Amino acid sequence: MLDPNFNPVIRVRDLHNRFGAQIVHDGLDMEVQQGEIFGVVGGSGTGKSVLLRSILGLRRPDSGSVELYGQDVESLAAADRSSLVQSYGVTFQNGALISSLTVAQNVQLPLREHYALSEKTLDELAEMNLGLVGLPPDAGAKFPSQLSGGMIKRAALARALALEPKLLFLDEPTAGLDPISATAFDELLLYLHSQLRLTVVMITHDLDTLFQTCTRVGVIVDGRMISDTLPGLLKNPTPWIQEYFHGPRARAAEMEAAGREGHG
Amino acid sequence: MTDPLALEPQGDGWRLVLRGDWSLAAMPRIEARLASLPAALHGNLVCDWTDARAPGISPAWALLRRLAEDAPLLTVRHAGNPPHFLELLQKLHIERHAAHAAHSAEPTLERLVGRLGRWSILQGVHARGVIVFLGRIATVVGQAFSRSSAWRISSLTRHIYETGITAIPIVALIAFLISVIVAYLGAQQLSRFGADIFVVDLVTIATLREMGVLLTSIIVAGRSGSAFAAEIGVMELNEETDALRAMGMNPVELLVVPRVLALVIALPLLTVIADAMGLAGGGLLSLINLHIPLPQFTARMRESLSSTTFWSGLVKAPVFAILIAMVGTYRGMQVRDSARELGRLTTVAVVQSIFMVILADALFAVLFVQINF
Repeated sequence: MLDPNFNPVIRVRDLHNRFGAQIVHDGLDMEVQQGEIFGVVGGSGTGKSVLLRSILGLRRPDSGSVELYGQDVESLAAADRSSLVQSYGVTFQNGALISSLTVAQNVQLPLREHYALSEKTLDELAEMNLGLVGLPPDAGAKFPSQLSGGMIKRAALARALALEPKLLFLDEPTAGLDPISATAFDELLLYLHSQLRLTVVMITHDLDTLFQTCTRVGVIVDGRMISDTLPGLLKNPTPWIQEYFHGPRARAAEMEAAGREGHG
Repeated sequence: MTDPLALEPQGDGWRLVLRGDWSLAAMPRIEARLASLPAALHGNLVCDWTDARAPGISPAWALLRRLAEDAPLLTVRHAGNPPHFLELLQKLHIERHAAHAAHSAEPTLERLVGRLGRWSILQGVHARGVIVFLGRIATVVGQAFSRSSAWRISSLTRHIYETGITAIPIVALIAFLISVIVAYLGAQQLSRFGADIFVVDLVTIATLREMGVLLTSIIVAGRSGSAFAAEIGVMELNEETDALRAMGMNPVELLVVPRVLALVIALPLLTVIADAMGLAGGGLLSLINLHIPLPQFTARMRESLSSTTFWSGLVKAPVFAILIAMVGTYRGMQVRDSARELGRLTTVAVVQSIFMVILADALFAVLFVQINF
């Protein structure tokens, strides 16, 4: 069995990934502690999604090790793998809701797979999970195609939460959302993080999200990761990081975040 | 295994002791026990969480729901270090309860009448859609005669290659085999009357009038009708067709007409090949099984043919081609929203185009008898 209190939750060591001649990860190290909201940033094509896929075991890295709760992902036996998969929730960039199922059925899907529960209970649990992510009660009966972008992200989050994971992976959770929906999603994430005591790993390009929610940030530069708290990263001399965090967009987000903290 | 809950009287009310594993993993057991709680409790109830191990949010929710539904008169209090998310759940529960009360179901009769009405309107919309679709194709084809850029030559050639050239092996093989089967069965029956030579008539007339074109059409419906529906369907799902429209291009001109024209060109050619292979199959079987030498076979073949036999088969091919291509592309353009729709409409496209081909073939048969073609 997995120890849910193991620290660090995620440990990636010396990860190498390449596609043909293109080297994506060149000795990447990453560590995520209990209860963190860890943001992963990097330019386009620096392998953020590849890193996520490697951690989830969807892609076998060329070399290096990935440990979740102290267990090597690759060497796990099938039974342990299943319990590992149940210990985390994932949302994909475009939601990846099953398009032929209603939103409620999407949320029930992992529950149905792993537990023998009555329809009544399944309906109640779908209702609860949809309620947790702030979707209205009538959203459950809708099909994913009938939802707006923001609702799809929330529904995907509800599905990821269905098995009560302690660890959440979010791939660009606020991409494609208007600023109001994105801010609402950030607030939802912070709320669930505190209420459900989650550890969150989030790939994001959204600087507002980064400044509002993340406790620590890992930047992928030249196939390696530089992780630090945000104030630490702001002082980091690496050119790409300087450019990233001191561009006009970053300054605006930073000021807003500072303002909020001042008021709150 | 410990019982997850025990109900004990306490003072003027009740005490619900929660024990053992209360995580999501124990949910099926907890669910069963909750269902067997006595209904219509009233007074005070204290939930004691002291001995509940690793309480999960889902079992806690089920507990709250059950208590609220089965015993609404109960005043519930939680004690013994209740889980941190309980407050959140209670808030959520109150919100949801209000939403439930506002929601009421539609009566059965009205629902049935409504469903019938919706179905009727949908059929009307579909019928109109088919007519509109025909009109769009006709418009594009009409324009193509005055505007040479409307002939999408590169697209047309690609579709001729995909629907025609690549189908040659399978069409040839099947036509050959079916003809051999017909000749073989015919020979067995006819040789009883000493009428072996009429096998030649049987094979040539059956192949040229019906089987060549019908088999080819059915194979093409399965191969290309489904491909058309799936290709265009995925483009619909990806909003590619919307993108084309937004760039001022006409999806019917770009996607539908080239496919229809390509099939109109390819299917008759495939039919000729199927005819030739059918005759070859009949000839081969006659040689091996009935010892009819090839010159005698061809001589008898010429005698059995009238001037219209070959053409009465071939003339049907373009019509079948139009049916197959239009059903395939039309169903493809109907795909909306989900992967399941794509699969459903691809299936519909194949089944419907085969049905239409056979129906049209029956009409042709009647027509040809009437006009003595």
